[in-house]
Amino acid sequence: MTAPKEAWITGIGIISSLGEGLDAHWDALNARRINIDEKRFAPYMVHPLAPVSFDAQIPKKGDQRQMEAWQRIGTYAAGLALDSAGLKGNQEILGRMDMIVAAGGGERDVPVDLAILQAYIKGNAGPAFLNERLMNDLRPTLFLAQLSNLLAGNIAIVHGVSGTSRTFMGEEAASIDAARIALARIESGQSDIALIGAAHNGERTDLLILYEFGDFNLKDKFEPVWARDQRGGFALGSAGVFLVLESREHAEARGAKPYARLSKVVADLAQRKQPGAVTKSLDRLWSKLGVADNGALITGATGVEPVTSEEKAFLREHPGTAVRGTGTSFGHTLETQFPLGVALAALSISKGALFPPNDPTGLEVELSRQPSQIVVMGVGHWQGEGMALVEAIK
Amino acid sequence: MTAPRDTFGRPIVVVTGMGIVTSLGAGKSDNWKKLTAGESGIRTVTRFPIDGLRSTMAGTVDFVTVDPPSSTALTERLADMATEEALEQAGIGSRGDFPGPLFLAVAPVEVEWPQRIEVGLAVGKSDLGVEDVLRISGGGKYAAYHHRFMFGSVAGHLAEKFGTKGSPISLSTACASGATAIQLGVEAIRRGETDAALCVATDGSVNPEAVIRFSLLSALSTQNIPPQGASKPFSKNRDGFVMAEGAGTLVLESYQAAVARGATILGVVAGCGELTDSFHRTRSSPDGKPIIGCVNKTLVDAGMTPEQIDHINAHGTATPENDKMEYLGISAVFGERAKQIPVSSNKSMIGHTISAAGAVEAIISLLTLEHQRIPPTINYDVPDPAIPFDVVPNKARDARVTAVMSNSFGFGGQNASLILTREPV
Repeated sequence: MTAPKEAWITGIGIISSLGEGLDAHWDALNARRINIDEKRFAPYMVHPLAPVSFDAQIPKKGDQRQMEAWQRIGTYAAGLALDSAGLKGNQEILGRMDMIVAAGGGERDVPVDLAILQAYIKGNAGPAFLNERLMNDLRPTLFLAQLSNLLAGNIAIVHGVSGTSRTFMGEEAASIDAARIALARIESGQSDIALIGAAHNGERTDLLILYEFGDFNLKDKFEPVWARDQRGGFALGSAGVFLVLESREHAEARGAKPYARLSKVVADLAQRKQPGAVTKSLDRLWSKLGVADNGALITGATGVEPVTSEEKAFLREHPGTAVRGTGTSFGHTLETQFPLGVALAALSISKGALFPPNDPTGLEVELSRQPSQIVVMGVGHWQGEGMALVEAIK
Repeated sequence: MTAPRDTFGRPIVVVTGMGIVTSLGAGKSDNWKKLTAGESGIRTVTRFPIDGLRSTMAGTVDFVTVDPPSSTALTERLADMATEEALEQAGIGSRGDFPGPLFLAVAPVEVEWPQRIEVGLAVGKSDLGVEDVLRISGGGKYAAYHHRFMFGSVAGHLAEKFGTKGSPISLSTACASGATAIQLGVEAIRRGETDAALCVATDGSVNPEAVIRFSLLSALSTQNIPPQGASKPFSKNRDGFVMAEGAGTLVLESYQAAVARGATILGVVAGCGELTDSFHRTRSSPDGKPIIGCVNKTLVDAGMTPEQIDHINAHGTATPENDKMEYLGISAVFGERAKQIPVSSNKSMIGHTISAAGAVEAIISLLTLEHQRIPPTINYDVPDPAIPFDVVPNKARDARVTAVMSNSFGFGGQNASLILTREPV
């Protein structure tokens, strides 16, 4: 076996409730800004997408019309990442670029669903009723706007990323695995350059219903993620994050400027029926990272119980680590939470500082020195967990 | 003894276990018998009312039922069945302890109509709004529906049941998903991360809304009567694909590990390739370049030339577009041989098993290698003169087959191909 190749993060694209682009996010994090809408879906709350002009990255209105909001968010963020890596329009590289997208699905046509349910409740729904309504009321293009792999499809069409295209599904773990596989392929020489990321539209009532089935929604009053002890729950957030990952040789050959190195991504699936299984799994994952600078950790902790308490138990084993929970500032963005953490880690490494704590409980502490390594952690709200190590380039 | 590495120095990846479920039946033996007899598994749908549908037939797996019924639960059950068969054959690891990762091709998941209606009826007021549904959704009564309708639910179940290692990967590359699952397994073994991988592809999603969604895209055949005649790959009167269900599981191992434990080697995954088409959401680039590139990448990955391929297990969906483009792509790479090489579409008999198709058809390709017999393309009565493939019309054919190319193309510009051989090349 030859030595694994180094993988650099050379492009970052990010849009969220806090704005668009790296500078806006750095400023918002340093100002401890939180954009939460407690009225629109009350008693539930959401971190809504900041205003964005999609034309800037998706110039054709026809393309925008073919997409649901989550696809527009993702295609936009992918464009930002390619811009940031200096690759926009570089057909030679885009034509052989590998892509792994972590995706859920698109929004249902809720008024159509409600009208159908109303007929069932009134007893007006005969055996053929559902077929008739769906045949007449579903927009033909809605299917493609909902289909998981069509975020990647739209990125290929709009930006020309057309080497390979894979879509991973499975909530939070999907994007951890996307990063893990992309890194493994680059390290082993199976890939030179990859675009990875995810997008989430949190402003969806159909998602609120789905998560309410499991009592996962935060209700009534917003609290920072570490202060939700009793009630638990997450506030959904809208965000799109994409990263360009490439081998050091490839980046150097084209003169690309790296933000940071992605050194390790590890993941597992704890059997959560056993209390403490997640804490133990995180311990094992941590030991695989080879952390030398036990200084900083960015987690996508959901705030959901009991798993957030298991995360806290793990964090207590690493006292002095400067922890940052992205859930407070961004809400929970499912598949997007892990690439968001990696993006903020790479940004912090490139800035030579970790952004400040935003936590009244004291779990998050200041980091006064320059971090050389930042661990990124993702623990799914119901299954899956993983970590990444983001490092300064030597 | 063959070297454990291929000409590129990578570990050779072999198949040591296979399991299959289609509308024709459960298991390799039943499926192979019916496929080579030219039997169709397509029938008029009885699972739900077909009133008002433009397409009323499908390759449903009606001999498997799940309670409470949902497409995701059926998808999971089909995967269980195929995986049990594959593990039984491979004899690897021990029960509930598979020594490698899981790569699962599975359809996207969402809450389905029976459950949506159940919750709606529980609201009990006819002018209901979202807030009414939300008010009764919590409290644990419907907690099982959260788990059931998470995208990672089938993979989570399989990982626990079969004891695969690490984080299981659920993936979708639309109709190429099954091939992508195999490709991910091959890559992991070639990287030396693992000696074994469990590659599963499953689809049990024939439900009213799924049929209607494809129907609204004009993708489905509407030749409902007789249902067995609907799927007509490469025929002039083809008019769309037929939705179908099924599952396929392959146990992949490094050649070295398989030999070391004395496993029977069923075949070799000699090459994998994929290339994205960025032309359109549902249509191929008219110049066929992405398909041509995908096929060429696969040949390069296998270190083979077109002359070494002696059978193509086609994507062959029977949509006017796919079959035309597949011929264009194959003929560009294979030249005059495109007219001589036997090209068969299993979808003529089992329909399009969507997320499962790439793995189901890879398994049929491996069975073709094992039995030296090519399953036919049935319903081939009106050849399309624009597609002069030798489609192995209507009757199975004995043939010397050493290397099969299996193609999968999907919405969203997904193209993936595999090359399967009997022996290491």
